[in-house]
Amino acid sequence: MAAISREEVAHLARLSRIEMTPDELDHLASEMQLILGAVARVQEVAAADIPPTSHALPMTNVFREDVTKPSLSPEDALSGAPAREEDRFKVPQILGDAE
Amino acid sequence: MALNYDQAVAKYEPTLGLEVHVELNTNSKMFCSCSTVFGAEPNTQTCPVCLGMPGALPVVNAKAIESSILIGLALNCSIAPYSRFARKNYFYPDMPKNFQTSQYDEPICVDGYLDVEIETDEGPQTFRVDIERVHMEEDTGKSLHVGGATGRIHGAEYSLLDYNRAGIPLVEIVTRIVPGTGKYAPAVARAYVTELRDILRSLGVSDVKMEQGSLRCDANVSLAPIGSGKLGTRSETKNVNSLRSVERAVAGEIVRQANRLEAGERIVQETRHFLEESGETRPGRSKETAEDYRYFPEPDLVPVAPDAKWIEELRATLPEKPSTRRKRLQEAWGVSDNEMASMVNAELLDTVEATIALGAEPARARGWWLGEISRLANEKEVHPNSLITAEQVAEVIALIANGELTDKLARGVVEGVIAGEGSPREVIDKRGLKVVSDDGALMTAIEAAIAAQPDTAERIRGGNIPAAGALIGAVMKATGGQADAAKVRELLLKHLGQG
Amino acid sequence: MSMIHKTATEMAQALADKSITAVDLTKQHLDRIAAVDGDVHAFLHVDTEGALAQAAESDAKRAAGETRSALEGIPLALKDVLTQKGVPTTCGSKMLEGWRPPYDSTVVSKLKNAGVVILGKTNMDEFAMGSSTENSAYGPTHNPWALDRIPGGSGGGSAAALAAFEAPLAIGTDTGGSIRQPAAVTGTVGVKPTYGGVSRFGLVAFSSSLDQAGPCARTVIDTALLHEAIAGYDERDSTSINAPVPNVVAAAKRQEVKGMKIGVIKELMGDGFQKGVLDSFKQSLDLLQEQGAEIVEVSCPSFDYGIAAYYLIAPSEASSNLARFDSMRYGIRVGDDGQRGAEEVMSATREVGFGKEVKRRIILGTYALSSGYYDAYYGSAQKVRTLIKRDFESAFNLADVLVSPSTPTTAFKIGERANDPLAMYLADITTIPVNMAGIGGMSLPSGLSADDGLPVGFQIMSPAMQDDRMYRVGGTLEAALNDKLGKPIWAQAPELAVK
Repeated sequence: MAAISREEVAHLARLSRIEMTPDELDHLASEMQLILGAVARVQEVAAADIPPTSHALPMTNVFREDVTKPSLSPEDALSGAPAREEDRFKVPQILGDAE
Repeated sequence: MALNYDQAVAKYEPTLGLEVHVELNTNSKMFCSCSTVFGAEPNTQTCPVCLGMPGALPVVNAKAIESSILIGLALNCSIAPYSRFARKNYFYPDMPKNFQTSQYDEPICVDGYLDVEIETDEGPQTFRVDIERVHMEEDTGKSLHVGGATGRIHGAEYSLLDYNRAGIPLVEIVTRIVPGTGKYAPAVARAYVTELRDILRSLGVSDVKMEQGSLRCDANVSLAPIGSGKLGTRSETKNVNSLRSVERAVAGEIVRQANRLEAGERIVQETRHFLEESGETRPGRSKETAEDYRYFPEPDLVPVAPDAKWIEELRATLPEKPSTRRKRLQEAWGVSDNEMASMVNAELLDTVEATIALGAEPARARGWWLGEISRLANEKEVHPNSLITAEQVAEVIALIANGELTDKLARGVVEGVIAGEGSPREVIDKRGLKVVSDDGALMTAIEAAIAAQPDTAERIRGGNIPAAGALIGAVMKATGGQADAAKVRELLLKHLGQG
Repeated sequence: MSMIHKTATEMAQALADKSITAVDLTKQHLDRIAAVDGDVHAFLHVDTEGALAQAAESDAKRAAGETRSALEGIPLALKDVLTQKGVPTTCGSKMLEGWRPPYDSTVVSKLKNAGVVILGKTNMDEFAMGSSTENSAYGPTHNPWALDRIPGGSGGGSAAALAAFEAPLAIGTDTGGSIRQPAAVTGTVGVKPTYGGVSRFGLVAFSSSLDQAGPCARTVIDTALLHEAIAGYDERDSTSINAPVPNVVAAAKRQEVKGMKIGVIKELMGDGFQKGVLDSFKQSLDLLQEQGAEIVEVSCPSFDYGIAAYYLIAPSEASSNLARFDSMRYGIRVGDDGQRGAEEVMSATREVGFGKEVKRRIILGTYALSSGYYDAYYGSAQKVRTLIKRDFESAFNLADVLVSPSTPTTAFKIGERANDPLAMYLADITTIPVNMAGIGGMSLPSGLSADDGLPVGFQIMSPAMQDDRMYRVGGTLEAALNDKLGKPIWAQAPELAVK
């Protein structure tokens, strides 16, 4: 079972947008090691010919008609906003580009 | 010494790839029932689902599925008997859930193609653009950046978010790489997007307005030395907002990459932005490491398995392909490729066809729309369709055909309709533009002209027919141009014993 | 007369007899909460005003002859993971401190339409991740049976509220055992319906393909009544079952199991199980046998991999579900001093807003989904899920229901496993397979453990969409135990010190 390094954990923390302290990263690296060691055993039985299950009950084609229904008022939509300017959500400056 | 375009394509072989995003024109959003109407006040078309609130769940819009299948069928794709939604995970404030519900390894349509025709040195040539996949996803919100200079963080800078657009259905159409276009790569790219746009418009699934963002194009370009048989590293150019920009962006990238390669530098696989003014691209302000989207099947949605019967029902509703229609019309009207191209480029094909359908003679219909009306439209910097309708033009042409108007008078009528003075008949009445065809009235004018120019009249009596021009001119002047010149000539010559 | 020690069925009778009003009944429960919750800490928010208003409305409806359901006027405790409009919903996390949702979850809408009085929101492990409620950002809940012990998790608050007589009904949610395990260690009844049986709209997602809201009460019939009130098709949840709710109340009332085959799962009775738990389990089996059921042994070997698969699937889905908590649209925001960009503020907020266990699982889930690791971890876990489903299918060919102890031990001490995540995860070994396969599972009291006098839970599992079967067996066992012991197990809880 491959070791998971502190660098990998730091990378995962960045991917998950969590600003962890160095201490946390250290602790997490060893915990992850432990947990991954325990869960890796799924590979023992995951044969190639077994299909994965992503939905408990087999269902397909659940759709709704293309009709509009009332939206939330901007008041309600913005009711939990940490910051707002008129009817828009105010957020700290976005530096990167959109996808 | 920097290479120009011709030099670049003389040394390097471009390979193209195009990704087009189409905003569907459904009434409601992809996964919720909020309205999709463009231009609403900020955050008035949102709900817990499209705001990504805790506990909210998506439900698929049936019309979006239908539109996606239609697009796939129109592009000669196979419709997947079983397709699934997947989560594309990344963080960005315009994406309420910080994942986009999209499709990954089981898209709804695969393996299609679109043939596009371009003009080459050797005449028209057809390129087949293979389509890898068509899949469904959702649009993001819109952000407004407020405050100081870009690129620097100062106290006043922040962003404002409007999620009205978040969740609007998007269809992404991805081509396979398009090799062998050589120096025509920019033209092929443009032709592809144009043809795609026309097909989408004919399907009625989107209003495909590039300037409004309902049709977006990303162009991937790579270069390799001619004959190397290799593929170069590609760049992806976004923010290409018009057909012309597609062409310019591809050309610009070819030049940029060629110059880098000449200088011995490598091409970085990156996202770039197209700059309208210069026609150049600049690198995106993105992270150094590629994002790992950690795709996995969307647990909140069940798979889409369209049955064969439904697909065939949809296939039966496919309209005639734009290219097929163009060929059919060209043959029916007996016009040249150039004339056809003029109409297509001016986006007047539908209008001309409509005018002809209302009974106008084809050549006249084309003549008016591409001539006088286009001239006036260009002056006002608008599209001809916003000045006058096919019905009105057909009416004017009919009036010319039955003799009630001359070409000259008709120009005045058209001018009046455009100026908002009313329908053709109303303008004729208001401006008094009717042709004077009453023989009695004409004779009065003719006799007056003869009386004023007796020598000219003598010469005509003597057999000098061309001299009639002066008298006809006089009659035209006297009648304010409303006499039918041919009729005047007929009556005049007869009167003088020459008819 | 104090009614707090009655069952919901008895309270409903009293309301119908007019021996008490809904307002008084609610007041009694509010008083009880005030008296004991300082020690128990089952509630995060008591909605005094709202509850009394709902109770008043209930009395008015009853007076007008418009009782809306069998549970009209009955008080209920709601796990703080379900949205209730205008009422604080924290999910046991600092991240949502102060958040008042602008919409009701479907479960809450149904409860309101049934005339149920929602007393308040109960404590839970943060974002439903845990087996002891020690992961709540607002402090643990204490087991009313022994205040130094855990009440189970993640829904320890709801179970404790029942055991402490603060409410006769409660709603929990169950992803890997979060209803059943707390029920077991608090001597109450809790059911996880078949996946899709109760709408997840408004249920803040932890692991979407496993989460399910469910009814909790002190008796099987009360639980069944609540089950019928909250279950049913919801068009806002794409994974909702479009079929009638099974007749669980009728099944619970049958109190007979003649001819039923009860399958004991070999793999869920082994090492690490407390002797008192196993003994109590066997005694209950004997009771069922006396009632006419046939006990058979079944083997489900893939269950040995259940915990491993669960601790890959659930954290993976959670890492995606919790991405929306980024301080942009709701929840707390930290570090926004005007100098830092959105990404930094997001990261600072998530660092502070999430607790240890949540962060641990987000990192684990992000890893399991990453490119290069997906097949080995998430992908493999989804295959184990297939194997678990198959094992259940085979087992249900041999038995009508399957049984096991609900959890390997009685309530452990607060703090005992807090620093040993793996030991904590083992509490779910018996409950996890049920969620993985999407079938129904119930825990009801089996007795008190001979070794420590603490409640032991008996788990009954029924095939998907056959929830009535577990109610039939559960109702029978409960009646048999009441006969044998003279009084219900929940009535044997030690008296709590009243403030």
